Amino acid sequence: MRCGEWRGWLQHSPRHTPIANGKGATPAAPLIAPIPQSHWPTGAAGVKQRSVMSDPAAASPPLKPASAVPTHAELFLAFFQITLSGFGGTLPWTRRMFVEKKKWMTAQEFNDAYALCQFLPGPNIVNLTMIFGARMRGATGALACWSGFLLLPFVLMVTVGALYARYGDIAALHRILTGIIAAAAGLLIATVAKMAVPLLRKGIGRPAPFVLVATALSIGVMRWPLLSVMAALVPSSIALTWWRR
Amino acid sequence: MKADGDILITLAAQFTIMALLAFGGANAVVPEIHRQAVELRGWMTEAQFADLFAIAQVAPGPNVMLVSLVGFHVAGLWGALVATLAMCGPTAVLAALLSRTWDRFRGAPWRDIVQTALVPISVGLVAATAIVLTQVADRSWPAVAITAATAAVAYWTRWNPLWLIGIAGMAGLAGLI
Repeated sequence: MRCGEWRGWLQHSPRHTPIANGKGATPAAPLIAPIPQSHWPTGAAGVKQRSVMSDPAAASPPLKPASAVPTHAELFLAFFQITLSGFGGTLPWTRRMFVEKKKWMTAQEFNDAYALCQFLPGPNIVNLTMIFGARMRGATGALACWSGFLLLPFVLMVTVGALYARYGDIAALHRILTGIIAAAAGLLIATVAKMAVPLLRKGIGRPAPFVLVATALSIGVMRWPLLSVMAALVPSSIALTWWRR
Repeated sequence: MKADGDILITLAAQFTIMALLAFGGANAVVPEIHRQAVELRGWMTEAQFADLFAIAQVAPGPNVMLVSLVGFHVAGLWGALVATLAMCGPTAVLAALLSRTWDRFRGAPWRDIVQTALVPISVGLVAATAIVLTQVADRSWPAVAITAATAAVAYWTRWNPLWLIGIAGMAGLAGLI
């Protein structure tokens, strides 16, 4: 099976703009801009399916042995390494590892997989790890990628949580964190502005601006429960979009 | 650090539901975490929530690790484990399962409509997070100024956000905020 088929599994309509990346504020656009097809690696570098041996079309010229499919250990270590270097958001590092260093994915494939993760609920890159692992090595591969990605941050967070429980009362620490969260709020405002402008440009009569503002107000200002708001807004948004299509 | 069974079940249920509703990623559920942990259940104060969010923001790894910190604060190591698994497990399995099925419906009109309809919801959720965080963070005029300046710089320039966070942390340490 060739890279084109792999891509097909994950392909996603390109008209939906990226929503957000791992750290919420790193500019996402240059990373996930569409890559022309001519940039795809050709030949052996693009072959990377576990079914490569069983696929008669791919088997005739043995472009690459099955070793092109990363092992469980390789998958685990790749994601472990990503989290080691993941300061300032893990998305750029994940992309660098997948696309540039290991060439397990073409740029287009990465974009497609990430677009799907943005559409689905849940933490985007965590979802991406499992989609990717499942493609490479099935359920156990998914587990390898997922645990490789989460192990180190989890240990770190437990450590930091224990330190905070002990030293959280120190005034200097609290002052630093007060500054950080003020900046973090600003970064998030900028991210929201970048995402919202294209939607608001669609015009007041369209469903998108209305749904955006309704969501932000009911959760952010009214502080209504997420479950109730989603139960009302998701069907409404789908109905409005269908009606005004 | 006691791991009360009831609290663990609450953590598991709440974070699983939150994850399944988190259109727009981990940042989309910060208001709900705040509502549950601070307003509804009194697990932590507003100031503690702000501290934990700031820590999750600067620590390496994905932003979603805020749930590990919240879980640890609520019920120690087991709380962190349960919260993390609930937030990161079910949706990732769902994503892996759906990624094949979903593609089978490429070109189906309803698929396009659902995708288009969910985009403004996910942006609206992150906007709600920005609103809640700004209220949590900006308790003084210097803090408001930091937020406004950071937003402007991040919107109009390509500076690395870590620098902005570092500068703001130093300003906080110096007692300016």
